[in-house]
Amino acid sequence: MFSGYIDGLIVILAINVIMAYSAALPLVAGQLNLGTAGFMAVGAYVAAYFSNEYGLPIGVAILIGSMVSGFIALLIGIPVLRTSGIYLALATFALGQILVAVFLNLEIVGAAQGYPVYGYIEMPTIAITTIVLVLALFVLSQTRFWLYLTAIKNDPTVCDLFGIEVKNVQLAAFVLGGMLAAVAGGLQAHYLSYVEAQSFGALVSIYTVLFVILGGTQTVLGPLVGAAFFTFLPEVFRSGEEWRYAIFAAFIIGFMVLRPQGMVTANMMRRIKNPFGSGRKASA
Amino acid sequence: MEQQIINGLMLGSVYVLIAVVFTLSIGILNFLNFSIPGLFMLGGMVAWVLITMGVPPILAFAIAFLVACGCALIVERLTFSWMKGSDHEVPLVSSLGFLILFEQILLVFYGSDQQAFPKVIFNATITLGDLVIGSAQLLSLVLSIAIVYGINRFLKTTRVGRGIRAIAEDTTTAEFLGINVNRVVPLIFLISGAVAAIGGMLFAVNYSQVSPFMGEEVGFKGISAMIIGGMGSVWGAIAGGLLIGLTEVMSIYFLGSDFVDISVYGLLLIILIVRPQGLFGLAQVREKLLCSADILTV
Repeated sequence: MFSGYIDGLIVILAINVIMAYSAALPLVAGQLNLGTAGFMAVGAYVAAYFSNEYGLPIGVAILIGSMVSGFIALLIGIPVLRTSGIYLALATFALGQILVAVFLNLEIVGAAQGYPVYGYIEMPTIAITTIVLVLALFVLSQTRFWLYLTAIKNDPTVCDLFGIEVKNVQLAAFVLGGMLAAVAGGLQAHYLSYVEAQSFGALVSIYTVLFVILGGTQTVLGPLVGAAFFTFLPEVFRSGEEWRYAIFAAFIIGFMVLRPQGMVTANMMRRIKNPFGSGRKASA
Repeated sequence: MEQQIINGLMLGSVYVLIAVVFTLSIGILNFLNFSIPGLFMLGGMVAWVLITMGVPPILAFAIAFLVACGCALIVERLTFSWMKGSDHEVPLVSSLGFLILFEQILLVFYGSDQQAFPKVIFNATITLGDLVIGSAQLLSLVLSIAIVYGINRFLKTTRVGRGIRAIAEDTTTAEFLGINVNRVVPLIFLISGAVAAIGGMLFAVNYSQVSPFMGEEVGFKGISAMIIGGMGSVWGAIAGGLLIGLTEVMSIYFLGSDFVDISVYGLLLIILIVRPQGLFGLAQVREKLLCSADILTV
């Protein structure tokens, strides 16, 4: 449809957006997940395995990958979510590293040599899947579930007193995040026709969290804006060639100094919806 | 086998230094400073650049040390100073920005390849029966433990050290009691930069290689060592660092190099689930950290 460059860029954007939401879901409830790349790897490998070995339709294979990833998140989330704060962040980090290392040693998916994927999906399919997922998340953000998440971030103790099952809600956010990351992994595997464990390093997880925080977690739009920004900014600095990531890093530092609450804030959204009223009135 | 234990301890000594730096930053400032692996890398890379330019090694190490200290102070100005009043994840993100910035600047000038670090100190080997111990490795182990001991004494006995511990308890109260927080906080960053840089130089000398990304793996292992030993405990950092070094070398020896991540991070995950306060940490420290506005929660 477009040139290869634009196509590739749209796919990277789509993958980054899905990943951003996978990290944002737990983060909205105040939990930092530094292991999203591990779940992405699970999704990529499982989907690739089922479409390769059993000839399943790619959509079904990705769905299975997402289920498996969600199941792993559930199994490990139960003990891991007993911790919180930095302990939780590092537990998820360790989990991500272990998941990737397991695939690095798994002979049936090529171990360190990587795993070729025979099924192929085009850019428009990936773009449409992403749009559908984002719309679903926008719908989810209007439900009580999302309200619980923000409430838990603000005060878990009070939430507990009001009868919210804090641990279960947190677990649900963590599992949903794991499933989303797996979808991103499955899509990417079938677009690149290749899965390589080394490409799911810790920095992928860390960058994903960066998208979300840069975009802002106060609104459901924040992660989308952050991911889009992160995808396009290095391209804008392309003229700077080798300096572009250095400029980019300097930009992050400067940005956080000037606007620490992220790009999209709740107050800003209110002002957009109701440009003449005061921000506070519109919030009701 | 015994040789592997020695190698593990030597490798662990580098993790010890990084774990101590992280433990200072988190235990005192409640701040997971992601720029530490960058400062570690600066120590090794700047020394390498200068030595290949023909600067005498001693001078090269001194300049690299000062560069890392200077950069640590810049990080303090632009991350932690701005933390006051803002959300807690902000300095985390901007310190990560610094890590990327340091790596990319060196990448632009020197490329991403591993560079061979010249042999700068006379490396005698001590042989005990079948065991071979490099003098450089032994130096790094002794130096690491000496530095950690020094930091521990400094925090326990000096006036400034007491001030630092008061800030760790409660910044506002410390300020009321007449501690100049604005002067003590940069000092902590300065110590972080200095110790991280020494770690980077020791790594460069011991393993004879440097690269712009040398800090990442070591940084992650250092954080793991800190958690395993017990966050906020200086002696825990030593135990954790050496344990990670041993685990790494042993799993290479018995299982192969692809299993390193599974054993090291598996150990971390098990410790976090079974005993989150770490081997030497007090449950109390953990409570305090959890109560005082979870560091990483948004």
